[in-house]
Amino acid sequence: MSRFLLPLTIFAVVVGFLAVGLTLNPREIPSPLVGKAAPDFSLPQLHEQDKVFSPKDLAGQVWLLNFWASWCSGCKTEHPVLMQIANSGAVPIYGMDYKDQRDEALTWLNRWGNPYPIVGVDLVGRVGIDYGVYGVPETYVIDKQGVIRYKQIGPVTEEALAKTILPLVKELQAQ
Amino acid sequence: MIWLALMMLLSGPAWAEEARPLGDDPVVEARLKTLAVELRCLVCQNQTLADSNAPLAEDLRREVRAMIVKNMSDQEIIEFLVSRYGDFVLYRPPLKLTTTVLWVGPFVLLAVGAIALVVALKRRGQKVADAAITEEEHRRVEQLLSEGVKRS
Amino acid sequence: MIPEIGHFALILALCVALVQGILPIYGAAIDNAALMSVAKPAARLQFLLVLTAFGCLAYAFAAMDFSVLYVAATSNSQLPLHYRLAAIWGAHEGSLLLWTLILTIWMFAVTLFSAHLPEATRSRILGVMGLVSVGFLLFMLTVSNPFERLIPAAPDGRDLNPLLQDPGMVIHPPMLYMGYVGFSVAFAFAIAALLGGNLDAAWARWSRPWTTVAWCFLTVGIAMGSGWAYYELGWGGWWFWDPVENASFMPWLAGTALVHSLAVTDKRGGFKVWTVLLAIMAFSLSLLGTFLVRSGVLTSVHAFATDPKRGLFILAFLAIVIGGSLALYAWRAPRVGLGGSFAMVSREGMLLANNVLLVAAMGSVLLGTLYPLFLDALDLGKISVGPPYFDSVFVPLMVPALFLMGIGPLAQWKKASVPDLAQRLKWAFGVSVVSAITLPIVMGNWTPMLSLGLLLAIWIVTTALVTLRERLMHITGSSVMERLASVPRSYWGMLVAHCGIAVFIVGVTMVKGFETEKDVRMNVGETTTIGNYTFRFDGAHDVKGPNYTAARGTFSVSRDGREITVLYPEKRRYPVQNQIMTEAAIDTGLLRDLYVSLGEPLDDGAWSVRLYHKPFIDWIWGGCFIMAVGGVLAISDRRYRPAWRRETQEAPAAVETARRKYA
Repeated sequence: MSRFLLPLTIFAVVVGFLAVGLTLNPREIPSPLVGKAAPDFSLPQLHEQDKVFSPKDLAGQVWLLNFWASWCSGCKTEHPVLMQIANSGAVPIYGMDYKDQRDEALTWLNRWGNPYPIVGVDLVGRVGIDYGVYGVPETYVIDKQGVIRYKQIGPVTEEALAKTILPLVKELQAQ
Repeated sequence: MIWLALMMLLSGPAWAEEARPLGDDPVVEARLKTLAVELRCLVCQNQTLADSNAPLAEDLRREVRAMIVKNMSDQEIIEFLVSRYGDFVLYRPPLKLTTTVLWVGPFVLLAVGAIALVVALKRRGQKVADAAITEEEHRRVEQLLSEGVKRS
Repeated sequence: MIPEIGHFALILALCVALVQGILPIYGAAIDNAALMSVAKPAARLQFLLVLTAFGCLAYAFAAMDFSVLYVAATSNSQLPLHYRLAAIWGAHEGSLLLWTLILTIWMFAVTLFSAHLPEATRSRILGVMGLVSVGFLLFMLTVSNPFERLIPAAPDGRDLNPLLQDPGMVIHPPMLYMGYVGFSVAFAFAIAALLGGNLDAAWARWSRPWTTVAWCFLTVGIAMGSGWAYYELGWGGWWFWDPVENASFMPWLAGTALVHSLAVTDKRGGFKVWTVLLAIMAFSLSLLGTFLVRSGVLTSVHAFATDPKRGLFILAFLAIVIGGSLALYAWRAPRVGLGGSFAMVSREGMLLANNVLLVAAMGSVLLGTLYPLFLDALDLGKISVGPPYFDSVFVPLMVPALFLMGIGPLAQWKKASVPDLAQRLKWAFGVSVVSAITLPIVMGNWTPMLSLGLLLAIWIVTTALVTLRERLMHITGSSVMERLASVPRSYWGMLVAHCGIAVFIVGVTMVKGFETEKDVRMNVGETTTIGNYTFRFDGAHDVKGPNYTAARGTFSVSRDGREITVLYPEKRRYPVQNQIMTEAAIDTGLLRDLYVSLGEPLDDGAWSVRLYHKPFIDWIWGGCFIMAVGGVLAISDRRYRPAWRRETQEAPAAVETARRKYA
């Protein structure tokens, strides 16, 4: 190859990458926790404050952990989808009320509906840090052995639910 | 508020007291600072953990501060963050297989450039050495270009 | 009505640009004088049309016409007039119009100062610029129309981002764009020469002043952007290696290499192929920067709101313009001749070594900026590449370049000898080393980086003095003044620009080595001391600006019991976007800046306060301005004036024959 073609070749490679780059979201950071055991915690429940919520109690089943807050607009966006999952009974969604006020969280759930059997309260966001949460809503799929298998960053969309989350859940439940 | 300020102003020197640093322990704060300037705030556009005022950045600073107080090493603190958020939090990408090109690239580029220059100059020297006429032609160009200076 | 006129003017400008891009180039190819003569009037007409469009947009902003979507999105009735006008380039669409306007300004300038150029060359140059303009006009008219209507009109606008409501923002983008777009002239010269097959020494001579002017604008533009970040972002930093900063820095590095490489080509007729590639590169990197800022592929503090359609458009445009010119390069460059001979150790050799270093540095910045994208595209994970990476890669590449900078101007053209150079430079070297080691000790903080920085800065200055002294000794003249005056302006320009670099290095080194910062909780009346300066907090009170409310703190600064100044940092709230801005207060000085910014209000009138003492920080920007002054001196040299003559047309023929003989 002529050395004069070198600049053009390099440029073509760069353009290729830039084109792929256009389809990517630079703000979405994949979680290193996928494939690792879900961090343990023990937090008070939102509705019954004297009871605790811990992932240990959920061992042996596939479940979703959804970080949300009453102040978060994306949570409102995904809420109908979560209600749909809850009503279908495909998989239980446990909530984690992230850096929120208790009364506001309760009002929010009363107003829009409560898809969660249990909601934990992560008042200072410490459990959020353990789970690598960087912006609510974020949703984790956790398998029977308590291993995180998938993380949805941002609202759970119909598409993500149908194409990724439900098939994964089915597969995990069959194991 | 203004009243208070005026009062203070008038009685200024008598009140002058040394302001307290924000952090309790300056040593911890200094270490936090050196760590935080190399860490990325995840929710911001492109800011360090040290510069950001985002709530998550504040939480993480608090977390890092707590780890410093617990006497954890920088390595341990960084591992804590990387295990949760991935290499994305590090402004200094760790050297691993996928970042080899990143770290070695600039110096390879320099070496290749330097070799190419030396080779090109050598080869050129051989080709042009006997081309004395080129030199002469070039002088003509120079002359043509500079005639205007004398004339103007 | 007025916005429609603007819109219509853009459509007409597109038609004119098409004509300008096609006919003259075709005319030059078939040697048709009538077709070639279209170039000049077309370029001027296009300038007038784009200026009209720009004027219409400016009017819409001034008149607060919120039925124009762009005006409604980036201004507000409360926004003062000067910021409303600066808001023209406050977001994507308008800044694109500014880009295009500046492109046509450069075109217009080419029509004014190209009387000496052969008709075919001028036609090709204007044609190429016309084609570039076609791309930008199409971009605006298809996916980024600044005149798009909003019906029904908004009752009020959404306001300009408060970060941009700053005098620095009024002037920084036009400066920067003058630089970016200015490289389009060198680019067009290069493409014209490749098209016409007359790549010769005269080509380099013509390109030089244009390149230098663009380089000056870019230098000042980048410096102003950095200064803006320093006082406006509130964390006291001046350069963050953010993708958008890098996007402006890469063309600067390529442009700097080009300025030096043009010197070799001009002087020795050599390395034309390389110089032409640099000219293409400098402008390509400007375009790449535009893409990076506007496509959303990278996360940055400064990125515009993004839209994938726009990203796709610019990428396609990029592929056509850059890909096309690199293909043309690959096709034509092998046939270009070699030029005069010179030894490896010679002025030419050193200028080229400097080129290798600058381009390697540019390549590293490019690599670091795009690497996260590469990995992500290959699904190999997400990483961040930030200041620690760039600092550790950039410094080792720049140190040899700066060292060479001292030697280069002393080396003879064609062939220099190392022992001779060493002999002439031994004093400069001795002085630099000794002072670089002792100065930090005297100042009380010795670190290797501090010594290295000072070594390089002093080396550049002392070698410049040696160079000047030798130069003066060769000139016969009665008085020193007379002799100084007979040194060519371009030579002064080089020395001044190099000293600008030295000043810049001193700034960077001293700030990194000696800056101190303090985060304190200050009650009213309390004091704190930083770098020998005592700050007393005299309370904060509320003030009202034209479109914001603020808490304004009062800090009396004293040194050795004597009051020096009073600083008023503010915490502003802009109600329209509900944004909080930290407006730092800075006491600027030749030897240090004092920087105060308000953090958060705490209980009983106390505030969290951040204070900096930054020695020599203004030298960073001062150095950049000195560099630009050097550039201005260089282009005022009389050797460029004969270039406005016609006779030069004979020159290419001479080289042409030589080229044919030895190609």
